[in-house]
Amino acid sequence: MKPKPRLSRDLVDPSSRSIQALERRLFLKSSLSLGAITLLSGCNVTDSEAVQRVLWAMSRWNDRAQAALFDPQRLAPTYPESAITRPFPFNAFYTEDEVPEVDPTDYRLELAGAIRDKRPWQLTQLYALPQITQITRHVCVEGWSAIGKWGGVNFRVFLELIGADLTAKYVGFKCADDYYTSIDMATALHPQTLLTLRYADQVLPPRYGFPMKLRIPTKLGFKNPKHIMAIFVTNDYPGGYWEDKGYNWFSGL
Amino acid sequence: MDADSIPVHPTPVRLLHWANAIAMLVMIASGWQIYNASPLFAFRFAKQITLGGWLAAGLQWHFAGMWLLAINGLGWLAYGLVSGHFRRHYLPLAPRSLLRALGDAVHLRLPHQVGVYNPLQRAAYLGVLVIAMLLVASGLAIWKPVQLQELTALFGGYDAARFWHFFAMTALAAFLAIHLTMVALVPRTLLPMITGRARPSRELE
Repeated sequence: MKPKPRLSRDLVDPSSRSIQALERRLFLKSSLSLGAITLLSGCNVTDSEAVQRVLWAMSRWNDRAQAALFDPQRLAPTYPESAITRPFPFNAFYTEDEVPEVDPTDYRLELAGAIRDKRPWQLTQLYALPQITQITRHVCVEGWSAIGKWGGVNFRVFLELIGADLTAKYVGFKCADDYYTSIDMATALHPQTLLTLRYADQVLPPRYGFPMKLRIPTKLGFKNPKHIMAIFVTNDYPGGYWEDKGYNWFSGL
Repeated sequence: MDADSIPVHPTPVRLLHWANAIAMLVMIASGWQIYNASPLFAFRFAKQITLGGWLAAGLQWHFAGMWLLAINGLGWLAYGLVSGHFRRHYLPLAPRSLLRALGDAVHLRLPHQVGVYNPLQRAAYLGVLVIAMLLVASGLAIWKPVQLQELTALFGGYDAARFWHFFAMTALAAFLAIHLTMVALVPRTLLPMITGRARPSRELE
């Protein structure tokens, strides 16, 4: 007599323990493989065009959020002479031996855009304007910071002097090292934004941006252009050297 | 679904938990990318475990993930306080019971009663809330050292705030390592965080 084959209850009843355990194992296994695939192809997932679009859109959103957070009267902390970082670091997208040499004798600061008086400026004319100094912290987008002493002309005073349209959205800068950047008008008019001609009571040396830089203690370092050759006022978003590569445009502190 | 299973993790807890997991993963991996641009210590994070590929993209991820983390975190606080989740699951927390549970844990006795947090879990989940708040506050202090300069000063200035941010991240990473180790040691806790349900404990193990 043949023994009657006995079907295990486990094999037919879908609610039985072992089948559930099996389903769970399969579920876990597939979740884990999905995770592994995501990790392996991580570059593809995170670099996909759709993801890039979302990240850029979020960066534009963060421009607006930071503009809303920006208090035009809030002053950046200032420091005593003893706090100055010595030596103050050189930083650029090139090495120190590639710093542009600007000849002061035939230098002319060009003005363009929504400005009433676009006559170019000689350095001696700029040196003759009322000068102020301030000791503030320069914060690099990389994370490090350094305290320095800058002197020059209050940028708001200069913009008023040349009859710039102070209701325009942007002020843009073109530099001797082919760097370019732009800032919002609210920051341009901030009381500490400085058309900088001097560093540590000396004429601004080439490595810090001779003949002039714009020192903005309320923005990250890369928003402070050096070797400025031209300034323009506009309502069309001008972008910037690092900004066009993906760094946040507003970059306020 | 088991007929005898009971609900342990309500839907809001599961949604907030997994959204938070994504936010933290993004924030930590992109944060390591940002750290590498100007390391505080004599090491860098391996490229494979960072997010973005270079500093600009790391920053884009960090400041996009920030919103998910913030909105989800506020959602978690609101839910935890209003629903009584914090009060019910995190309290009371007596020091003596905590010490006993700690003793159990080092001997790898990991009692798990479905739906009830043991004293170590309570301490860990309360502690990670404090760490997360420290992480967010020090992050804001680095991000806005002018607009939020009082907060930055509270951390001892901009440079010191970077160290606070780093150590808070380290504490969070330690929490995550223990959290994931516990899930690996008591794997039946994983599925309920997805399905929301678990079989009730038959006895106190």
